[in-house]
Parts: sequence; structure tokens; C-alpha cells
Amino acid sequence: MEVARKTHQRRSRLLVVLFAALFGVFALTSIGNAAHADEVGTDEYDYIFAGNVKYDSEPVGDVLIKVSGGGYNAEVVTDEDGKWRIGVPEKGKYEVTLVEDSLPKNVVVVEGEASVDAEFGLTKNKTVNFFLGQGVRVTVSFFDQFVDRAVNGLNFGLMLALAAIGASLVFGTTGLSNFAHAELVTFGAVMALVFSVFLKLDIFLAIPLAVILSAVFGYVLDAGLWRPLRKKGVGIVQLMIVSIGLSLALRYVFQYFIGGGTYQLPGAGAAEIKLFGSVALTVTDMVSMVVSVVVLLAVAWWLLKTRIGKATRAISDNSSLAAASGIDVDRVIRIVWILGSALAGLSGVLWAYFRPGIKWDMGAGILLLIFAAITLGGLGTAFGALVGSLVVGMLVEVSTLWIPSDLKYVGALVVLILVLLVRPQGILGRRERIG
Amino acid sequence: MDWGSILSNTAAYLISPETLAYALAAIGLAVHFGYTGLLNFGQAGFMALGAYGYAISILSFDLPWWVGIIVGMLAAVVFAFILGIPTLRLRADYLAIVTIAAAEIVRLLFTTQAFDEYTNSADGLGNYHAGFRAANPIPDGTYGFGPWIYNENQWWVRIFGFALVVLAALIVWALMRSPWGRVIKGIREDEDAVRALGKNVFAYKMQSLIIGGIFGALGGVVLALPSAVVPSVYVTSLTFFLYTILLLGGAATVFGPIAGSIIFWVIMAFLSNVLPALVQVGALPFMTTIQSQVLRFILVGVALMLIVIFRPQGIFGNKKELTFVK
Repeated sequence: MEVARKTHQRRSRLLVVLFAALFGVFALTSIGNAAHADEVGTDEYDYIFAGNVKYDSEPVGDVLIKVSGGGYNAEVVTDEDGKWRIGVPEKGKYEVTLVEDSLPKNVVVVEGEASVDAEFGLTKNKTVNFFLGQGVRVTVSFFDQFVDRAVNGLNFGLMLALAAIGASLVFGTTGLSNFAHAELVTFGAVMALVFSVFLKLDIFLAIPLAVILSAVFGYVLDAGLWRPLRKKGVGIVQLMIVSIGLSLALRYVFQYFIGGGTYQLPGAGAAEIKLFGSVALTVTDMVSMVVSVVVLLAVAWWLLKTRIGKATRAISDNSSLAAASGIDVDRVIRIVWILGSALAGLSGVLWAYFRPGIKWDMGAGILLLIFAAITLGGLGTAFGALVGSLVVGMLVEVSTLWIPSDLKYVGALVVLILVLLVRPQGILGRRERIG
Repeated sequence: MDWGSILSNTAAYLISPETLAYALAAIGLAVHFGYTGLLNFGQAGFMALGAYGYAISILSFDLPWWVGIIVGMLAAVVFAFILGIPTLRLRADYLAIVTIAAAEIVRLLFTTQAFDEYTNSADGLGNYHAGFRAANPIPDGTYGFGPWIYNENQWWVRIFGFALVVLAALIVWALMRSPWGRVIKGIREDEDAVRALGKNVFAYKMQSLIIGGIFGALGGVVLALPSAVVPSVYVTSLTFFLYTILLLGGAATVFGPIAGSIIFWVIMAFLSNVLPALVQVGALPFMTTIQSQVLRFILVGVALMLIVIFRPQGIFGNKKELTFVK
């Protein structure tokens, strides 16, 4: 929370000076009292970054500039002519940052980033300029950001749940940890791409077709591969490695046909509509969330109220007992494969809008999150997978408030390992499920 | 078609650093999966730790090259403890999911911008060769015959890697005929029976995880020795390729992983040379050169499925020895 406040809320000038002074005491003792002058380290070092901060041809004073790289950090405040100079110890790559909070009101860096990578050319001096313009700096309070991320996380968690419930049902009924489930997700997205972009069908026709084809694909996989293997009595670990082989083969089949590029479905990247606070969603986001919720409710109803749904849960509980009481296990497993694949395909289409983009290995990117969700919720329990998915989805998005966004999946995976330490059966699992 | 260059490019992979590195990592996986029955899907993480441990100790901390290798091995030991303590008491598939997740965590941590100073994020690390090359006893010059003509540095990498593979195979061979190895194999066949004999199954599994992990880290070091450390190599597919290699040769054998690695790389090299050539002469009119390269990986996946279904003991394995826990 503290960190988020520091970076996102507008700091008072006093705080900047205090911080700079503190920083100077700790990090720049060798440079002495020059922690916030218009020149830092220019006497000690030969390599010098310099610049001139101007807005509307008028110099801007008291702007904080920071340089970091190669283990060296320095910062400087521009003088009344808008000029600044920072010396650095060696020729190398440095990151030069203009701290936007120290600019006058309604002035921002308009061209490029407020933070640029700079390197020395042939000379020992390098000029780094920032282009300022009028603009509103987005300063969002921590709470608003939290809500925004949480809504995104909910959206992500719902589409994760669509994929995870299928994988969880398959695990419950057959004991297979299906690594190829990620490719079922990609399959749905790729089919939607084929129908909508390559065959130029309407997207509202293409998506149902993609989901239906996913279901057919699930049926084909069960009838052509998994059922014969079950009949052969192949062990669970063997099946798991077969699913890895299938996953590799399918993944590269997708690459074979659509290449290594990223494709967009029609309607992706639409404008965001502001809802409340700082929460802004696109129309596709909203439709996606509604679709996910409706489908998930339908699956829940199916599991709780229909005969086949009840039979599915009975097989997950105890397969032999279910068979003994007259349930056609093979038929139920076939239905689970069809349903699971259709859900995964739908989730793939929604994820193609969320990412956004369709790529041959997009499913592999969330495979581990699907597994994390299933394990977190309790292996083999459908509602556990739902809860687990929502937790993982939220966690992935909200954790970016504290950790860099390229590490956002790490948070979920670390939590997965920690949960196994404390409660290996997952949130909704029962203790006897673990060996 | 130039069969001469196709065959010579293929033959080069008999002793390439990649072949040796994958063989080492697969030997580690044989200890885990073949002998102990541990479903480790995070061997790529062990390899990444070996490679980065080696490169970072040299580049950021100016340590000698052999200390770098030890650092990589120690990192693997620590990683094995982190993986093993929460999961070795649980059912086998929990270990699978945790190891695959942990390997991804390792890769993401090496890829992120946050530690750019040490890892150079997605660009990876290079230029750490000076120490290793200075230790090269081979005088300058090019040696060899036929398809195997290399300069002194290239030979040094190959000889060093080959020595490590032989050493690892010897260690595994000696371990598996020792009482320790019999307990390990007993755990694979029936954990409860071994426990009933008063053995501390958890401790044995942990030792196995550590030993196999160290071989994995050494595999990462050998992969890093000739060129560079690139984080995008250490994805989960790497682990899956290692499983293909292991199951191809035979999971519970000493030479299986080595033979598997050689077969894997020679076939991959042959296909990567012969398929584009076939495309160019018009023998495969329905595909492009790029597609022909992707086709190789489709075949890897299909091969993995077929091996597991029809010959789970691998080429050299003994069917009596259960390679898969039921």
C-alpha cells in the first residue's frame, strides 16, 4: 500500500526534497552535498548526461531528474533555466527518468516515455530531452486502482473458470491431469479466427460454430484416444505424459497452420466505457463477463439438478461405486469431455478478446493458472475449480499493484505452492482425496 | 539436394553441446522419474538455475568459472529443498504441478525487468567465456575430421561436457546398484512397503530430488558454456523434450537418457536439414520452409505419445521394471 501511494499520488515538494536528501545520505555519500543541485557528479565523472527542460519554450525549474544504471543512482533538480547535468562513472546504458510529479500542474511528458534508456555515442556527453505538453496526469487513488484491477481480475477469473471446470471434471471422472487442456482453449480461439477472419463469417455466427467444433473435437479426442487408452488399462501417469505429447503436437499443429504471428478477432480493442470510479470496460469485456456468468450458472445447474450432472459428481466421488449402481461411466466421461472441451473453447474465444490476440501458444500461457485454480479449489471438485479460478484471476490482476506486471503470474503460482503447504486438499477439497 | 551437407550437419549433433546438455539433464530426470518415480516437471527450472548461476557468478561477482558451476549446483540444491519440502509427502501429481509451476516462476524471475541488472532480462547473458577458455589445455588450432572439425574452444566445451556426462552416468550406475539405489527403486514400486521396512521415504525422495536436480543444473551449465544464456529456452517445453528423450531411451536405465538425447538431436538435425531441402526441390508442395521446421515439433509430440503408449520402457528398458507408477 505504501509503495502504491508513493508512486501514484502526487507528492508534495517538501517530500521530494526530504526524500532526495535522505537518498543522498544513504546512496550518494561520495557525491556529498550535491544531492539536489542542477549538477550532480559532473566533477567526479567524465561521462555526462545533460538536458534542458522546457515547456512552451519557457524553461521549467525544480524538475526532478533521475539517472540509474549499472548499480549507480543519481538525481538532480533543474535550475531556473531548466538545465540539468548528471555525471556517471562509466560509459554504459542508463535509465534517465523525469519525475512527472515534480512538473507544474497539467504538464506531462507527451512524446515518448517519462523514462528513457540513454547510451553514450562517440562523445562523453549525451543530451537527453523530454518533450512536455499540456495534459492531465492520471493520478488514481489506491482504492480506485484496486477496484479497477479487481474488476479486471473478476473478468479474467471467470474465463479461467470456464476452462478450469472442464479440466477439473475430466480429472474428477478419469483421474487425468490433462496438459492438453490448454490446447483446447487455443482450439476454440483458432476456430473463431478461422470462421470470422479467414472465412469472413459474422462473428456472432463464428463464435457458436467455434464452440460447437470444440465440443466435437473433445468427442473425437475421447473416442479416438482417451477411451481406447482407458480400455487398454494405461496408468494415470502414462496418460498424463500422453497428454503432454498431445499438447506439444497440437500446439505445433496450430503454429503450422496460423504461423507465429498474433491475430485479432473482429471487435477487439474497442474503446473503453467509463463506468464508475476509475473502472472502464469495453463492451466486449462486459459481454464476456455476462456470458461467463450465465454459462457457469448453467453448468452449476447441470451438475446439481440433472441426472447426468449428478452421475458426473458420483463418478468423481467413487467411480467403481457409481458403475456398480448402474451409471454408464463411459457415457458420462464422454459427455464430460464434450462439455469440458466446449467450455474450454468458449474460454479461448473470450481470452482472445481479453489478452487481446490469438497466438498458437496462447493456451499454454494459462495452463499453469488453470492447474493452480484446480489445485487451489480442490482437485476434482467442479465448484472448487470455480472458486479457485476466481481467486487466481483476482490475484493475478490485483498483485500488479505491488509487483511488476511481467511477474503477475508468479504471485498466483507462489500462492499455489503455499496453499499446498498449508491445505493440500485445496479450499473445497476433502482431506481423504490426497494420498 | 546436397546430401553431403545434410548428413554432415546431422552428424555434428552426435557430439554437440546441446546433445550433451540434454543428456545430462535427462540423466537427472532418470534419477527422479525413472528410478524414484518422482514426477518432476520442473527440470527446465533446474537447468535455468545452473545456467544463470554459472553466468551471474562470473559476470556480476567476478568468480572463477569453476566456482560458477558450483554456485549453479548449489542453487539446484536449494531449489530441490523448496520444491520437495511442501510436496514430497503428497500424491505424485501434486509434485508434477508444483514443479512445473516452480520452474515457470524461476523462468519468469530471470525474464522480468525487475532484476535486469543481474539477469539482463529477456535478452539473456553472454560474454562470460574468458575464464573457461583460459582453463583450456588444448593448444590453439582446429582439429578433427569429416563433419567434426572444431577449434580448440569448441573441442574444450565438447570434451568437458562429455566428461560430465560420463561422470554422471558412472555415478548413477554406482548409486543404483548400491543399497541406496535399491531403496529408491523400492519407493518407486511400492512406497508403503518401503516405509513398513522402517525407511524414511521422505528423506530418500529428497536426496533423489537433489541428485537429479544437480545433474539438471550441470546440463544447464553445459548448455550455457558455448554461447549464451537465453531465458526463453527454459520454458516448460524443454522439460517435455527431456521426457521425450528419457522415455525414448528408457527411463530406468543408465544409458537410456544418453542414447535418447543423441537419437533425439540427430533426428531433429536431420529433419531440420532434410525437410527444407525437400521443400526446395518441390517434393513437399503443400508446405513452406517455415512450416517444415514446425513439423519437426509436431512429430516430437506424436513420438512422445506413441512411445508412452506402445513402448513405455523405452528402447533399452526392461519391461519387468515398472517405469510407470500405477
